[in-house]
Amino acid sequence: MSSTLLNVEELQVHFKVYGGILKVLNDVALTVNEKEKVGLIGESGCGKTTTMKAIMRILPWNAIVPKAKIYFKGKDIMKMSDSELKRLRRRSISMIFQDPTAALNPVFKIRDQLFDIVKYANLEMGKNLSKKEIEEEAIRLLREAALPEPERILDSYPFQLSGGMRQRVCIAMALASAHELLIADEPGTSLDVTIEDQILRLLKQIVEEKRTSIILISHALGAVKGFVDRVYVMYAGCIVESARTPDLFREPLHPYTKGLLAAVPKLTGGGIPSGIKGRVPDYMNPPLGCRFVTRCEYAMPICEKKQPRMIKAGNDHEVACFLYGE
Amino acid sequence: MSSENILEVINLKKYFKVSKGIIKAVDDISFNVKYGETFGLVGESGSGKSTTGHIIVGLYAPTSGKILFEGRDISMGVERRPLALKKKIQMVFQDPATSLNPKRTVRQIIELPLKVHGICHGDTTQKVAELLQMVELPVEYMERYPTELGGGEKQMVAIARALAVNPSFIVLDEPTSALDVSIQAKIINMLMRVQKEFNLSYLFITHNLSLMRNVASRVAIMYLGKIVELASTEEFFYNPLHPYTKMLLSSIPVITDEEEAMKPKKIISTGEIPGALNVPPGCSFHPRCPERLEVCDKIEPCMLEIAPGHFVKCHLYNSARA
Repeated sequence: MSSTLLNVEELQVHFKVYGGILKVLNDVALTVNEKEKVGLIGESGCGKTTTMKAIMRILPWNAIVPKAKIYFKGKDIMKMSDSELKRLRRRSISMIFQDPTAALNPVFKIRDQLFDIVKYANLEMGKNLSKKEIEEEAIRLLREAALPEPERILDSYPFQLSGGMRQRVCIAMALASAHELLIADEPGTSLDVTIEDQILRLLKQIVEEKRTSIILISHALGAVKGFVDRVYVMYAGCIVESARTPDLFREPLHPYTKGLLAAVPKLTGGGIPSGIKGRVPDYMNPPLGCRFVTRCEYAMPICEKKQPRMIKAGNDHEVACFLYGE
Repeated sequence: MSSENILEVINLKKYFKVSKGIIKAVDDISFNVKYGETFGLVGESGSGKSTTGHIIVGLYAPTSGKILFEGRDISMGVERRPLALKKKIQMVFQDPATSLNPKRTVRQIIELPLKVHGICHGDTTQKVAELLQMVELPVEYMERYPTELGGGEKQMVAIARALAVNPSFIVLDEPTSALDVSIQAKIINMLMRVQKEFNLSYLFITHNLSLMRNVASRVAIMYLGKIVELASTEEFFYNPLHPYTKMLLSSIPVITDEEEAMKPKKIISTGEIPGALNVPPGCSFHPRCPERLEVCDKIEPCMLEIAPGHFVKCHLYNSARA
């Protein structure tokens, strides 16, 4: 077994809003090993992006972090100084966001945006590149992201590129500084199916070649299935199940995972299943026990009182549900 | 014309003039929708599927071509459409957050079409309550504002508004693509139930082929303003002919092995979707097509009926070329 790269434990994030406090993340725990491809799935508003922002320490101003242990190669990210954080973001971890149009600055050419990243990422590695070297490196990165005519791309503004090309530019930017971990937050969701397929295949090929770890966040279960080694399922701010990808799709254990998988319309037909009744709980007053209790078919008295912990339910398969013991 | 079709679209075109030229959003498409059926219109962004929907409800007047609704020509613009006709054709938009007025309560939203079409005079409480029950929402929601509802619930309100005037035809423009899968299932089931109850015909617009497989009886696929393949759902998924259809099918992420097995294998998606301003000559798919022939960038293929009810627009199936 390869060594642990990222280890998150007891992560809690709350948000101060008008009218109270939203208790969003509730003891999130996850690990990413070196060279591992990890998926994080869950529906909108379940805290996937918040978890990643907490790891990168880019939470918005109204976030409160009552408890968190985030270790990257044994170092506590929560205790890092500003210069250490800068270093981490410049050479170790990078993130690709969902909407490439919002992630790129509309008033600067790709050249200006990419050059800065290349310059400082390399400075951190102790290499002070000349202008020409920066350009060469930028072109190499664009090529790596499978962009045709990289010279033309450099002289374009984001609006002159298509959605798929913009996302490839974002990938190139992330590659400049993601030497150990790449976080991809729904990288294909805002794109068309055929383009999303291209982007995901490209990402997979890149991380496998460069032997980087990746966390792929998605609400599209199929996209995750073909990509990652291990999957975490999130519901309402909690990790409810984790397993190796084939096991999770073959034998989901948590009632939420089962419901989620059943709700996806199948290409083979067979009609539309019933979905999951009810709605995601209010983060202002989340249920005391299991957060899924209000929508669960199998809810028992204990579920309302006590929070289930992650328990081992098989080889590398963990689930937070009282159906499988305490 | 046959009487089994509620809607016939014949050689419909819609061009938009922009500063850089002409965008052919919908370019010569023909199809028909039968009474009580769900006709699916699939395509990626910019393929013209929503424009087609908008023309049918009358938001745009077509550049040329004809639309027959129950045998009557309705290809005039919305301002010349009689009120009784507008009532019969309703629409549900993609994003319920923007299609509902945030300053109006659910009651006011649903009430408006009832008043415009003179269905209800005076107290509308009873009728609004009935409509809310029909879409499986609690009656207490009547006095709430859209912002107080979840995404799925907002879409239910939008559907209730469309159903308020007893339409016979509804254009559903990606009704669930802004929603999560667990909520999508609920909405689709509700739509299918009311369709049976009131014998509605749907034009279902989506980019989600897996969803299409489960709701539509016939499917047409659009690429850059043109329909490239049209077939019954079974035919379409088990015997796709057009290379674009195959590419699209093989790009869909799926979750079970059975689904994986039915996907066409060899076609890997390449290239970008060209902009609507510079549509490639000949067959507009040829720059991305893995089975391109010499003729493809010169002559546009015509629609051929390969099997009964299965149409495809591709030179590969043109027997004259052999």
